Amino acid sequence: MFQIEGLTAGYGQATILREVSLQAAPGEITVLMGRNGAGKTTLMKAIMGLVRAEAGQVRLDGTDLAALPPHQVPGHGVGYVPQGRRLFSELTVAQNIEIGLGAGPKEASKRRETRDEMLELFPRLGERMGQRAGTLSGGEQQMLATARALCLRPKLLLLDEPTEGLQPSMIEAIRQVMVQMRDRGLAVLLVEQRIDAVLELADRISVIEMGRNAEDFTKPEIAPGEARLRAHLGV
Amino acid sequence: MEFGPYLMLAMLEGAVLAAVLALMASGLSLVFGVMRVVNVAHGEFYMLGAVMAWVVTQFMMGLGGGPAVNFIAAAVLAPLIVGSIAAAADVVILKRLNYDPERVIVATIGLLYIIQQAALMGYGPDAKPVVAPFNERIALPWVAWGENGLEMYYPWGLSTTSYKLFVIVAAVVILAGLRLFMTRSRAGLVMRATQLDGEMATAFGIPVERVYAIVFGAGAALAALAGVLIVPIQQAHYLMGGDALLLSFIVVIIGGLGSLAGTVVAAVLIGMSDGIISVFFTPTLAKIIATLAVALVLVFRPQGLFGVKNR
Ligand SMILES: Nc1ncnc2c1ncn2[C@@H]1O[C@H](COP(=O)(O)OP(=O)(O)OP(=O)(O)O)[C@@H](O)[C@H]1O
Ligand SMILES: [Mg+2]
Repeated sequence: MFQIEGLTAGYGQATILREVSLQAAPGEITVLMGRNGAGKTTLMKAIMGLVRAEAGQVRLDGTDLAALPPHQVPGHGVGYVPQGRRLFSELTVAQNIEIGLGAGPKEASKRRETRDEMLELFPRLGERMGQRAGTLSGGEQQMLATARALCLRPKLLLLDEPTEGLQPSMIEAIRQVMVQMRDRGLAVLLVEQRIDAVLELADRISVIEMGRNAEDFTKPEIAPGEARLRAHLGV
Repeated sequence: MEFGPYLMLAMLEGAVLAAVLALMASGLSLVFGVMRVVNVAHGEFYMLGAVMAWVVTQFMMGLGGGPAVNFIAAAVLAPLIVGSIAAAADVVILKRLNYDPERVIVATIGLLYIIQQAALMGYGPDAKPVVAPFNERIALPWVAWGENGLEMYYPWGLSTTSYKLFVIVAAVVILAGLRLFMTRSRAGLVMRATQLDGEMATAFGIPVERVYAIVFGAGAALAALAGVLIVPIQQAHYLMGGDALLLSFIVVIIGGLGSLAGTVVAAVLIGMSDGIISVFFTPTLAKIIATLAVALVLVFRPQGLFGVKNR
């Protein structure tokens, strides 16, 4: 179980998140929504420890991630697909995957197995192992960013607007991977702006406004609450 | 001596300078490339390497070692000691400044004076020599048209020493090793990932601060190694870091900060031209031309010959 409680965090003097609470259960897709600048990316970074928590807890199966040095967060099973993908653009596809594997289980056999699995999941990456990540197409880059995060065998998968700027067939491919990971029992935390894309997909929706919790919707509340959801997002 | 042999002699001297400069500047470039900070104390690590080489060989002589053994001990121990000092300075000073580029410049200026004055107090104001492990004079042949067509002969004065050739070969081997390390090893991959995006490196379990300490130590160790290699030719002196730092900056600016290939090419350019111009004209003219070259590069190609624009 993944649970954030009373998280306050920001950059230097600027506090962005104020007492945010959120939970994401294994085998579910939790969608985090909010307008531009609401603090969604900041929340993702705070989970990773890249933005330090001033107060509150970020618990994953009993470990308080906020109390760890940031580089130890992925080792506890958190895979991060950041907004804008942020691949190591000068490194090859294979090397990006290598970095992801480095944050996961140590056994060589396990790593080989994970790697093979990723190439099965994203066959197009297999054809481009020696290519520099920066030269991939947008869709391929998103696949690599997702594969890199899955390489560490996460319990919690964070995806920050993974379909931003992609064509429909790519969006569908990414959606299928998310569903597959959910079915394997991962807790998926997805940031997404487009309501239509998440109505079916989400098991829970949390809306934040100006860095604070606005409203939560459980699965049965989503369809009836669509109008309020649209109002929150101003669409 | 005729012009041809004289030019060859000048180029050999230049190649030795280029070799040492390439090692030292690649350390500066590595630190800037990965950490995005400028280490103004880099020249002092070079000086410390030379001084430590003297200290280690003195100690070894006390144990009754021969010049070769003493020198090998110095080449291993001096970079290790200097690298550890630098890594400690990184943890104690730079880390606390959050690697803020401007504050790091000021802090490393302070470090420069601390190291320099410590060397003056501990080692003294005199230049002291280290005996080369081997130092045979090698006469070099030259070819010219004679009565019987092309003839090979040994012009008077055209010679070098086995140690100088060794310095050139050693630098080539070390730099090739460094390149292999950066491109082929897991540790090199981790360093490059850190260089490209420190935040993402952290998000994938890379202890960025530890990488920084290691890189800062490794950069200083490269400078120290350059110092060890030069000391049988030049002697160790507590003020020797200043000129070396200036030349390293020149090399790194011309080559492009953070580019290893650019650094090596620029070191060869600067080392060679310095050698040639010093022999045919004066060393001062060599420095003037090098500085002019930097100015031209900064105006017309600020990212350096091999640098990447605005990263
Ligand atoms: N590095 C930073 N330093 C200071 N303030 C920042 C920084 N990054 C983001 N902010 C501020 O934090 C607030 C929240 O930004 P954040 O990126 O988390 O929003 P978001 O919900 O992800 O928006 P979007 O939908 O546009 O991605 C914004 O006001 C932004 O200006
Ligand atoms: Mg965002």
